[in-house]
Amino acid sequence: MLEPSFLFGQFVGGLSIAMFLFLIASGLALIFGVLRILNFAHGSFYMIGAYLAWQIVHILDAKTGGAFWLAVFGAATAVAILGALIERFLLRPLYGREELYQLLFTYALVLVLADAAKIIWGTQQLSVSRPPSLAGASTIFGAVVPHYNLVIMALGPMVAALVWFILHRTHIGRMVRAAALDREMLGALGADVGRLYTLMFAFGSFLAGLAGALVTPIKTVNPGMDVEIIVEAFIVIVIGGLGSLWGAFFGALIYGQFLSFGILIFPRFSIFSVFALMAIILVIRPWGLFGKPLSR
Amino acid sequence: MTAPLLDVRDIHTAYGRSRALFGVSLAVPKGACVCLLGRNGVGKTTTMRSIMGLTPASSGQIIWKGQDITHRRPFEIARAGIGFVPEDRRIFADLSVLENLEVGGRAAARPGPWSVEAVFDLFPKLRELSGRRGGYLSGGEQQMLTIGRTLMGNPELLLLDEPSEGLAPLVVEALLEQVGRLKSQGLTILLAEQGLHFSLALADHVYVLQKGAVRYSGPSSALRDDPKLRDDLLALAAPVD
Ligand SMILES: Nc1ncnc2c1ncn2[C@@H]1O[C@H](COP(=O)(O)OP(=O)(O)OP(=O)(O)O)[C@@H](O)[C@H]1O
Ligand SMILES: [Mg+2]
Repeated sequence: MLEPSFLFGQFVGGLSIAMFLFLIASGLALIFGVLRILNFAHGSFYMIGAYLAWQIVHILDAKTGGAFWLAVFGAATAVAILGALIERFLLRPLYGREELYQLLFTYALVLVLADAAKIIWGTQQLSVSRPPSLAGASTIFGAVVPHYNLVIMALGPMVAALVWFILHRTHIGRMVRAAALDREMLGALGADVGRLYTLMFAFGSFLAGLAGALVTPIKTVNPGMDVEIIVEAFIVIVIGGLGSLWGAFFGALIYGQFLSFGILIFPRFSIFSVFALMAIILVIRPWGLFGKPLSR
Repeated sequence: MTAPLLDVRDIHTAYGRSRALFGVSLAVPKGACVCLLGRNGVGKTTTMRSIMGLTPASSGQIIWKGQDITHRRPFEIARAGIGFVPEDRRIFADLSVLENLEVGGRAAARPGPWSVEAVFDLFPKLRELSGRRGGYLSGGEQQMLTIGRTLMGNPELLLLDEPSEGLAPLVVEALLEQVGRLKSQGLTILLAEQGLHFSLALADHVYVLQKGAVRYSGPSSALRDDPKLRDDLLALAAPVD
């Protein structure tokens, strides 16, 4: 009944969903892992990244292939700067306060950014075409896979490896890991932890903006995309383990496949299978697949 | 007399509403080893946290090399040359021994003689363990690592909070010899201890704290030579082990 080529097609579809989710979820996980902040506005940064990419493509000439990549990089950078400003001037004063204030603040940010986006870009759906060099598709094991999706699937593991490399093989990465473990001690050793936090928040926001910009050729850009993605990203990092990079990676892979194949079993409620999966994982490992029981 | 390297003048410090220091004054001359002596909860750690800016003093002044650092942030104080070795050690548990040392060096970013190799020469045991995660070290090894990590920032003054706490006698002897070496190299040290053993072996000057205030101040030779005084102060400080 189910042909291998169809199954492979589903598998590849799940994989490209997973890579976008990984980009989003890794930023969310890094920010949580280091700053201990659950940033609800992370999905909003993704949305802003998508709108900005559309805007830049629109202003430049959409016909030339370079414009798309320039737009992607420009949008992600702009979102990183936005994230840095928000962390430095709005979030930092809240660090000494109860966590509830930080949660409320990031939630308020969701509302503000959603309204800002509606004012600037309206409520209609916007779309960006694939860069001309990647407009084609290849048939692999009988399934048609757009070249653009192949690039995305390659990009996910590359970003994962790059982030891992930065965290484990560079000086700044070691400092970031130390900050996640004991902020006060790192400060007493002489590190400007505030600056490290801003940098980390900007980097996480960059990943969100990048994912938002890269998703534009696949999904339309619309006002609801912020909330939609943040729910999914939270499920991914809960499955994978809060604050864990590899948790975000494998959580995204599992999520993508469950969504892709769940649609075959529960055609109308594929997201249900993901929630069921999350519930089962949480019962077995309350701290997620790659997480550790919270010590603080 | 030349001005001391560190001059703490009548500081009062509180944790929220609960007050811990009631006017502590002390001076640490360059190259000296000064010891804060006192029982549990008298304010030794709080004095060090105030100097470091971690729990800032609410009144009084902390003068470092002639500059008022009372309200500076911890990382600025560390970069000014004060190194803090906390009593609970606070090793970065998921980082290897080597990474802990590198973080110490990078964080303060102060030029000076210390390097990973120099720390390994002082504590040869750490060289064998360089790849091991900090969280898997024994208490003695963690104590060496936390001192080494702070030394990597090339401090001029080392705040050493109860280094011998919870260590076996043999380990304490080794540590005593190693800290003695640091002192003979010219490092200025402010030590906190409960017992007389470590303090009398190293310190030039002793302050005995009681209930957040200085009860006695004098050269450690006075304690060493005068059993009567020692017995009086033992009532304030904890018994010799
Ligand atoms: N974080 C804190 N919050 C509230 N009170 C504190 C805190 N830390 C210490 N205290 C109180 O401040 C006082 C001084 O404590 P401190 O830790 O400075 O003593 P100590 O001399 O270092 O003792 P020990 O030998 O046990 O380390 C004590 O009464 C203690 O209960
Ligand atoms: Mg103490």
